[in-house]
Amino acid sequence: MKLDRDQVQHIAWLARLGLTEAEIEKFSLQLSDILDNFEILNEVDTSNVTPATQAVYLQNVFREDEAANSYPQADILANAPEEDESCFKVKAILE
Amino acid sequence: MPSNRLCQLTIRQAHELLKHREISSVELTRAALERIADVENRIHACLTIAEETALRQAKEADSHIRDGNIAPLTGIPALIKDVMCTKGIRTTCASKMLENFVPPYDARVIEKLKVQKAVILGKTNMDEFAMGSSNEHSAFFPTHNPWDLSCVPGGSSGGSAAGVAADEAIYALGSDTGGSIRLPAGFCNVVGLKPTYGRVSRFGLVAFASSLDQIGPLTKDVTDSAWVMNAIAGFDSRDSTSVPYPVPDYTGQLISGIKGMRIGIPKEYFVEGMQSEVREALGVAIRKLEELGAEIDWEVSLPHTKYALAAYYILAPSEASANLARYDGVKYGFSYPNANNVIQAIEKTRQFGFGPEVKRRIMLGTYALSAGYYDAYYVKAQKVRTLIKQEFDRVFERCDALVTPISPTAAFKIGEKVDDPLQMYLTDVCTLPINIAGIPAISIPAGFCNNLPIGMQIIGKPFSEEILLRIAFAYEQATDWHKRKPAITG
Repeated sequence: MKLDRDQVQHIAWLARLGLTEAEIEKFSLQLSDILDNFEILNEVDTSNVTPATQAVYLQNVFREDEAANSYPQADILANAPEEDESCFKVKAILE
Repeated sequence: MPSNRLCQLTIRQAHELLKHREISSVELTRAALERIADVENRIHACLTIAEETALRQAKEADSHIRDGNIAPLTGIPALIKDVMCTKGIRTTCASKMLENFVPPYDARVIEKLKVQKAVILGKTNMDEFAMGSSNEHSAFFPTHNPWDLSCVPGGSSGGSAAGVAADEAIYALGSDTGGSIRLPAGFCNVVGLKPTYGRVSRFGLVAFASSLDQIGPLTKDVTDSAWVMNAIAGFDSRDSTSVPYPVPDYTGQLISGIKGMRIGIPKEYFVEGMQSEVREALGVAIRKLEELGAEIDWEVSLPHTKYALAAYYILAPSEASANLARYDGVKYGFSYPNANNVIQAIEKTRQFGFGPEVKRRIMLGTYALSAGYYDAYYVKAQKVRTLIKQEFDRVFERCDALVTPISPTAAFKIGEKVDDPLQMYLTDVCTLPINIAGIPAISIPAGFCNNLPIGMQIIGKPFSEEILLRIAFAYEQATDWHKRKPAITG
C-alpha cells in the first residue's frame, strides 16, 4: 500500500494535525512501509470470527444515577490556556 | 545505616526497619533524594523531583508510624511514571503538549498509595504518551540504562525501570500497553508486572490505547511486586473496565513452590534472529524451573503469534488517534497562540505539541479508522485479536503458565533504532500479544549478556497473578540475578 502526498495530507486533515513539508515526505515513505507489513493479516482466515473490542468480557456497566460534586470550577480552569468569564476561550468559529 | 545502603533496600526490608523504628521515613526519603542527586546526571530517569512534598509526606508517615499506624507502603519512597495524574505535581507524559499541566486530581493508584502514607519522590521519564520501546521518544531527553549508559533502558516506562535499577527509589509504578513495564524491567534487571486488564484502575492514567493500557509495579524483587499489587489492585467505579473481582493477598502463595506445575514453552516466541545469549539464558532458566519441580511442556504452539505485531500496530494507534483528539489547546496543555481561526489553532497546537512518534501513530490510527479502510484494517485487526485470545485460552487448558523471553535481544544502543520505526516496533514482539489477550505477565531477571540484563517473561491466564508471582518467587529464590547492581560508570 503506497500512501502518496495527497493521502498523507488528507489523513493529517482528518486528524487536525499540522505537518511540515519534510514530515509529509517522511510519513509518506514510513507509513507506506508500515502498511506493507500489515498485509500479513490477509493470510488469516477471519470469515467466521467476531471482532474483539476488548479483552475482558464485561458488558453494560451501569451505575446508579446519583448526583455528586464535580471538581471546583477554579481548579479545572487553572490549566486553561485562555479563559474569560469562567469559560474556556477559543478563537472565532464563525467568520 | 549509611544512606547509600538505605536506598538499596527492598520494600519489605524497609518496612521492617520502619516498623521497628530503626530508621525513619525522612531518613529513607533523604537517602533516595541524595541518590537521585548523585546519579541523575548520568541516568536521566526523572522528569520532576518533588523534594518538598516528598519530605512532607515522609514526616507525616513518621508521625503515623509513631502512633502505631503502619501499612505495608507507609513511609516508603516511590517514583511514578509521568503518565499518572498526581494532584499538584505536574504530569507531562514526556510531551511538550503537557509540559506545564498540573492535574487537579490524583489517579486512583496515587489515591491508594496516599491512603497508605507512601512517599512520592517524583515523576519518571518515558516515551511521549507511552509510545515507544526505548525512552528516546521523550520530548525532553532520553533515559540511559544504568548497566550501560550508552544503551536504552527500554520503554516506555524506562525512567521507572532505570530509577529502580539505580536505587533512586525503593519501587516505581509504570504502565504497559504493549510491553512498556516488562521490556524496561527486562533491560534494567528489575521485576515488572503487567496485571490482567481490568485488575488495576486506569482512572487518572493518561489514555494511550484504552483497551490495552494497564498500570503495574516495577520492583527490586518478586515479594515487593506482590506487596505493591496488594496496594493498587481492585475495583474502581470510575474506570468502567475495572473488574469487580475480589483481590487476593498476592503474597499468600509466594512460598508454595512450583512442584507439579505445568509450564509451557511456546515455540513461536523463540524467533529467528534472536540473540544466541538470550536463547541460552532462557534454556538455563527453564531447566532451573524443571529442577524446582515444574513439568515443562515443549509442545505448546501459538501459531497466530506472528500476526500479533501487525494487529497491535493497527489497534493501538487507532485507539491512540481517538484518545489524543482531546489535545486541542482549549482546556489545558500547550496552545498555539498566533492562529487566525479555531481550526488553525488546533492544527498548529498539535503540530508543535506532539513529537514525531506520536504524530506517526495518530496518522496510522486515523488512516486505519478512515472511511474505506476501517474494515480492511481496524475490524480485521479486531478479528485477529479474537483469534489470538482464543489461542491463549486453549493453551491455558493444559498449562498453568507460559515462559518466554521478554525480548529477542538485550538492551540496544541509544540511536540504533530511533529512525527506523519498524525495527523499533519489533522490539515488542514477545510482549504485545499479552496486551492483545488482556492477560497478566511478569518480567524477572534471568541472566546477563556482556553485562546487559536478560529478562524472562512468565505469562498466565486472566487473574492468575498469584500463580505468576509464585513461579517467579521460586525462581528468584534459586538464583541471584536480581541481587546484582549496576556500576553506573562510563
